[in-house]
Amino acid sequence: MEHLELFFKSIFIDNMVFATFLGMCSYLAVSKKVTTAVGLGAAVIFVLAVTVPLNWLLDQYLLQEGALVWLGPEYADYDLSFLSFIMFIATIATMVQLVEIIVEKFSPSLYNSLGIFLPLIAVNCAILGGSLFMQSREIPSLGLALTYGVGSGIGWFLAILAIAAIREKIRYSSVPPALRGLGITFIITGLMAIGFMSFGGMLTGGDEEKKEKNTEATLSNNLEKESKVITIDTAKKSEHDEVAVNIKETQN
Amino acid sequence: MGLLSKKDAKLITDPLTDNNPITIQVLGICSALAITAELKASIVMSVSVLFVLGLGNVVISLMRNIIPSKIRIIVQLIVVATLVIIVDLVLKAFAYELSKTLSVFVGLIITNCIIMGRFEAFALGNGPWKSFLDGVGNSLGYAVILIIVGFFRELLGSGTLLGIQVLGDPIEKTGLYAFGYENNGFMLLSPMALIVVGLIIWVQRSRNQALIEEN
Repeated sequence: MEHLELFFKSIFIDNMVFATFLGMCSYLAVSKKVTTAVGLGAAVIFVLAVTVPLNWLLDQYLLQEGALVWLGPEYADYDLSFLSFIMFIATIATMVQLVEIIVEKFSPSLYNSLGIFLPLIAVNCAILGGSLFMQSREIPSLGLALTYGVGSGIGWFLAILAIAAIREKIRYSSVPPALRGLGITFIITGLMAIGFMSFGGMLTGGDEEKKEKNTEATLSNNLEKESKVITIDTAKKSEHDEVAVNIKETQN
Repeated sequence: MGLLSKKDAKLITDPLTDNNPITIQVLGICSALAITAELKASIVMSVSVLFVLGLGNVVISLMRNIIPSKIRIIVQLIVVATLVIIVDLVLKAFAYELSKTLSVFVGLIITNCIIMGRFEAFALGNGPWKSFLDGVGNSLGYAVILIIVGFFRELLGSGTLLGIQVLGDPIEKTGLYAFGYENNGFMLLSPMALIVVGLIIWVQRSRNQALIEEN
């Protein structure tokens, strides 16, 4: 369930392109044809799925504060997180090279379709962004890191596929001359991003339907949660009241 | 421009208008859009890029004859990453709040295509002084767009500039708000950054017809 939630969240709600503008450069440059867009998109999914878990391991066992404790108790105070940029980018660059070599050796046909894009990917912000977001959102386990990597890769793939399809069609419409090419792509992406914002309700909204389907056990769980919420609310209210009283007192 | 020859001056002025890194070369858009909801963040981002690109161009240009071309991307990435770590640590030390708003986007300067693009296209083939000018010019071109976008988004979105209320107080109903003006909160959302950049491109290409692309 956790995995599913993170998976859909990283595809639709935190979509790399529409929510955080990552990988915009290659998104704009390589989206003129659907076939090339598919190639680059597949390469991005692949590389994200490899690098995010790898960088998760690095972060967990090398970079975080106290991560070096497995070397011995005297290393518990070390905090190497300032090195994370350089470590992440080095991992990504070497992984991309490695993936390129492996793919070339074992699947020449895949290499021919991905080949030219792989070196491009080392400098795609979406890849480094995936690792950095993984770090800043403190994803708890290796499995979730993998889910996150694959999910955001698919999100990026969807975005570039959609824009490429639109751009292929837009050739037949009369766009104002000064907007042709880059300008209209920007504006369409903006409109698509507004559309994607509506996915934001997917995980938070629609609670009523879920509750009806839930079994008694989860119902009682929900009740507990609700009662907790209520107690928190009352706690907040009492705080407010106190503050109000204080203010009145000071006014007096 | 007594200090710079005509050719050198062109290196700085060209990226500001007709060869702008964002609107014409399509480089460095990733980080440009996400942080432009406030003018202050845009300015800090521009200064960071100016530092990284100016210095990085010089370093790469000095090393250009000793870098083996096969591993040049990794070498470039390491140089940028080191410079970005410096920027990140400085921001965390002196402007902690701001570094929180910029979050991962400082780190993403590393993969900002503007930087790799200029390294590849210019610094690997030119001397340090020229590369420095090219770096400064391109980051200024980047800064111009960032500041324009940040200016409009902050002004129309929250009615402030650099945190100062310039259109009057929305709660007290002074200034423009007295006439029923409302802030357009939509401008603060990320999609509007894309549309604003699209409009800038529209204006720029209408003024200079030579830049118009084939569809």
